[in-house]
Amino acid sequence: MRIVLHIWRQKNGRSSGKMVRYELPDINSHMSFLEMLDVLNERLIEKGEDPVAFDHDCREGICGMCGFVINGTAHGPVRGTTVCQLHMRHFQDGEELYLEPWRAKAFPVIKDLMVDRGAFDRIIAAGGYVSVSTGSAPDGNAIPIPKDNAELSMDAAACIACGACVAACPNASAALFTAAKISHLALLPQGEPERHQRSLRMVAQANTEGFGACSNVGECEAVCPKKITLENIARMFRDYIGASWTRRPAGASRG
Amino acid sequence: MASTFQRTLRFYEATIGKKALIAVTGAILVLYVVGHMIGNLQIYLGREALNAYAHKLHDLGPLLWLVRGFLLLAVVVHIVASIQLWLMNRAARPSRYVRQSWVKATFASRTMIVTGPILAAFIVYHVLHLTVGRFHPGFNHELDVYHNVVAGFRNVPTSVAYIVAMALLGYHVSHGAWSMFQSAGLHHPRYMPIVQKAAVALAIALFVGNISIPISILAGFIR
Ligand code: FES
Repeated sequence: MRIVLHIWRQKNGRSSGKMVRYELPDINSHMSFLEMLDVLNERLIEKGEDPVAFDHDCREGICGMCGFVINGTAHGPVRGTTVCQLHMRHFQDGEELYLEPWRAKAFPVIKDLMVDRGAFDRIIAAGGYVSVSTGSAPDGNAIPIPKDNAELSMDAAACIACGACVAACPNASAALFTAAKISHLALLPQGEPERHQRSLRMVAQANTEGFGACSNVGECEAVCPKKITLENIARMFRDYIGASWTRRPAGASRG
Repeated sequence: MASTFQRTLRFYEATIGKKALIAVTGAILVLYVVGHMIGNLQIYLGREALNAYAHKLHDLGPLLWLVRGFLLLAVVVHIVASIQLWLMNRAARPSRYVRQSWVKATFASRTMIVTGPILAAFIVYHVLHLTVGRFHPGFNHELDVYHNVVAGFRNVPTSVAYIVAMALLGYHVSHGAWSMFQSAGLHHPRYMPIVQKAAVALAIALFVGNISIPISILAGFIR
């Protein structure tokens, strides 16, 4: 099949980019989207041109490295799928595709379709963890956890931090990512002790990184390859609002 | 220890705090708009009923001004917080997509920042028009509300402006009325679909109920 690509080419973070047109006349419809780009890159290298830079690693939809915007939709037209798991058979012969990097102030472009998602790491470092004592391993199943909570927590934990939510949000908000990372801990007893502090710190970090504010548009949920839901964002709001009003400063207790 | 004042300030500073305030003030304004419409629909009960209602409100005296002040405060907080978030959100996406498509985002949800300011301008006009009596040649200052409404809406451009404003109000409420629950952290998969449908139903009810008045007047059904 014939595919026409318009790809955002940008040398580095300081230069300004532009769309460049490429034509691939002989694409196998069983190829994945990234394999199609591999073919393009091989040809570019043969011609002595600069290959298109894009992030990828596992190519099986679990690592969260890949991702760019295809025709205005993060990870392309198939719901619940990363771009590495998207196949060319989902496109028409002769289709024109516009590929752009995630666009957000907090995700500066490194090169072409590759962006720096270090902001996500700093949100996690701000509170996306549980503190555990070292020592012998705790007994399995020693703490009872309701089945529903375990399932909901796992649903939130499915987030692979690819950044599609930020890319799709009209406000470049990291609400869905932050909410998923808050939720999967908040739903378990192990996450409870630091629940308030976690929501305050992670939300504050997301603001500091320059992500926008959620306006409940729901585009994040629609493009999320792991189908993380808006319910998680509401849980984050709930935790944050509760923490803001009830948190006691350190040393305030007289117990 | 942080005072309540400091706590409030810090809460407001955060995006989630602003959202919560937009939600709460939005809820106040939606409730007001519903009450306002129900009150006005008494026009169908005739001149005496509507004018009696207007007099009852006016007789509240200082309480009326208290309510007006409260509503004004809600409007100001709603607008200021929304604009601040909007500026922040624009800064968060400095370069636009060459191609942009929407999978799920509704037209209403993406245009809150457009419908909002137009509605604010409409509210100013509306108060000047039917409360103060500006831009209203036949205005009766003796609190003959029935006459003022009928005479005001006989003017076709005026009626059209009101109808357009009510369409925008409908859009704004169709997103805002469920969004406020989400912003306040209230979301349950069992109830959220109902809340979302209820928001649309409320938006339609507000639109139909409100525009029925100028339409009835233009059609000569109310005279
Ligand atoms: S490359 Fe790992 S998720 Fe796509």
